[in-house]
Amino acid sequence: MARLLLHRLGGLLTTLFLSSVVIYGSLYLAPGSPENVLFGSRSPSAAARAAVRRRLHLDQPLPVRYWDWLTGVLHGDLGTSMVTGQPVADRVGSGLGNTLLLVVMTMILVVLFGLAMGLTAALLPGRVDGVVNALTSVSVTVPSFVASALLISVFAVRLGWFPASGLGQGFGGRVDGLVLPAVALAILSCGFLARVTRNAVRDQLEREHVQTALVRGLPRAVVLRSHVLRNALPPIITAIGLLTAGTFASTLVVESAFAVPGIGQLTIQSVAQKDFPVVQAVALLLVAAFVVCNAAGDLIQAVVDPRLREAGSTS
Amino acid sequence: MNRMKFTWTRLNKALGRSGTLSLAFLTVVVLAAVLAPLVAPADPNQSSLLDAYAGPSGAHLLGADGIGRDLLSRLIFGARTSLLGPALVVGVSLLLGIPLALLASWYGGWVDGVIARVFDLVYALPGLLLAVLTVALFGPGLTPAVVALSIAYIPFLARIVRAAARQQRVSPYVDALAVQGFGVLRITVRHILRNIVPVVVGQAAIAFGYALLDLASLSYLGLAVQAPTSDWGVMVSDSDALLKGYWFQVTAPGVLIVLTVLALTVLGARISGEKPPGYLRRGRPARAASAPVDAAGNDRTTVGAAA
Repeated sequence: MARLLLHRLGGLLTTLFLSSVVIYGSLYLAPGSPENVLFGSRSPSAAARAAVRRRLHLDQPLPVRYWDWLTGVLHGDLGTSMVTGQPVADRVGSGLGNTLLLVVMTMILVVLFGLAMGLTAALLPGRVDGVVNALTSVSVTVPSFVASALLISVFAVRLGWFPASGLGQGFGGRVDGLVLPAVALAILSCGFLARVTRNAVRDQLEREHVQTALVRGLPRAVVLRSHVLRNALPPIITAIGLLTAGTFASTLVVESAFAVPGIGQLTIQSVAQKDFPVVQAVALLLVAAFVVCNAAGDLIQAVVDPRLREAGSTS
Repeated sequence: MNRMKFTWTRLNKALGRSGTLSLAFLTVVVLAAVLAPLVAPADPNQSSLLDAYAGPSGAHLLGADGIGRDLLSRLIFGARTSLLGPALVVGVSLLLGIPLALLASWYGGWVDGVIARVFDLVYALPGLLLAVLTVALFGPGLTPAVVALSIAYIPFLARIVRAAARQQRVSPYVDALAVQGFGVLRITVRHILRNIVPVVVGQAAIAFGYALLDLASLSYLGLAVQAPTSDWGVMVSDSDALLKGYWFQVTAPGVLIVLTVLALTVLGARISGEKPPGYLRRGRPARAASAPVDAAGNDRTTVGAAA
């Protein structure tokens, strides 16, 4: 178990380091120098330009700047926004809570409905299975922005149950404003999880040990709980890890659709404003969330399934 | 006539009812895109404020949008940009991914390991985020988005091609060819690749669907195809119409996106030889068609299983 943990942690750190290099490096290879964003359409004097370059540390070679940035990040200093002059950490921090709440709400919906649909389909072959399958085949192709548009038109504009954009005051107001975005994010993932669950449970139901247990007269509930579900869990857990990671990426779209002040919206805004320090910080944060979720899925799987622990590696 | 009927029967048998239906739908969409100037009833960018939000009528079969542009024409012309982007993405990633996959499957060992590691790194960056970063660098437009997504889709396709090629690599006929002194290039391209064509085409169709979703999302965010151009993703982003209650303006392109992707996924799964779930087969629902990999390539878990 410890070996597996170390192995995964090493891989995780390597990936994070490499992607930080890619993110930092690529943004400074952009055509046009970053300080031009500050000057806009004005053409500054050489002295002013040099002063700004010094202030942004642009006069130093790339590896040095990368090292400064990385050590800063590790100390919690994400730099200063080039557009607003605020510390990046403040801008990111104010949105992080909303994004995390959104992801948590989404995953609660996904796990509840995805598992329920998948189990129903697996345990009730025939017509019910057919209907659920048809539903999930469609729902895995509904992109979150189309879902957002549909939800806004029905529940915000037509029925007025939830706000079409923005968040209210207090925790209740935030949850209220995040219901529709969470549903929009959950639709695709629900279908995916339902399919994975159905296939995993079906796969186990056909196994000989399950058939034997049933023939021996063990109660169906016991067989389901300790023979079928336990063995079907690993792929389901992987899928949940994967979907959580994907949800972080999809917040880019949904937060913009519903004007939720979170990380996703901040990314899109900063990209539009070419606010590089913010883009770097947010991109790194999203990649970290993505990688950590994937790794967490693998680790939890090893906890649940002793066989994987013995093998020493899940890949 | 007889010949046509024969082809039809064979097609039906190979693709099944759902596959044939998907193929028919996709054919209509592609034809509409290619023949857009001929079939569209009006100029998609011709606006007339008198017709703003006009309902369906003889002049505008599906009505008009907020500045009086014909909705049907915009949907038809929108198919062009909506399909062109994903076609480029899949084309480029196949062009780069297939050689890498064949290389990895043929040599195995450290070559396979290095390629798998690089793919792992690309996988760590979600495609959408990669595209957003690229747009931050080069400014919004279809080209940067397509370039970024092409890179993001290489591991997705190459992984599947590698696994299929690996299966061929260990079959006796490959050894037989190698013993006869045929070169690597000839064996991999003329024999192995030809044998895995169904898998490649099927997965390419599925990747096409996902690329369409990603590109439409980017266009929706205003980062790929730009506003005056008619594109399904851009059309869904018409929040003005949405908030005024003209839901059809936004729903129609959205539904087209969903249907196109659905058709591509179903067709792709059929071509690459996956068993359809019971409900799609004729007659009695089958007993648990348990495919090891769920819904074709949706399963991103086994990335770099090589290592």
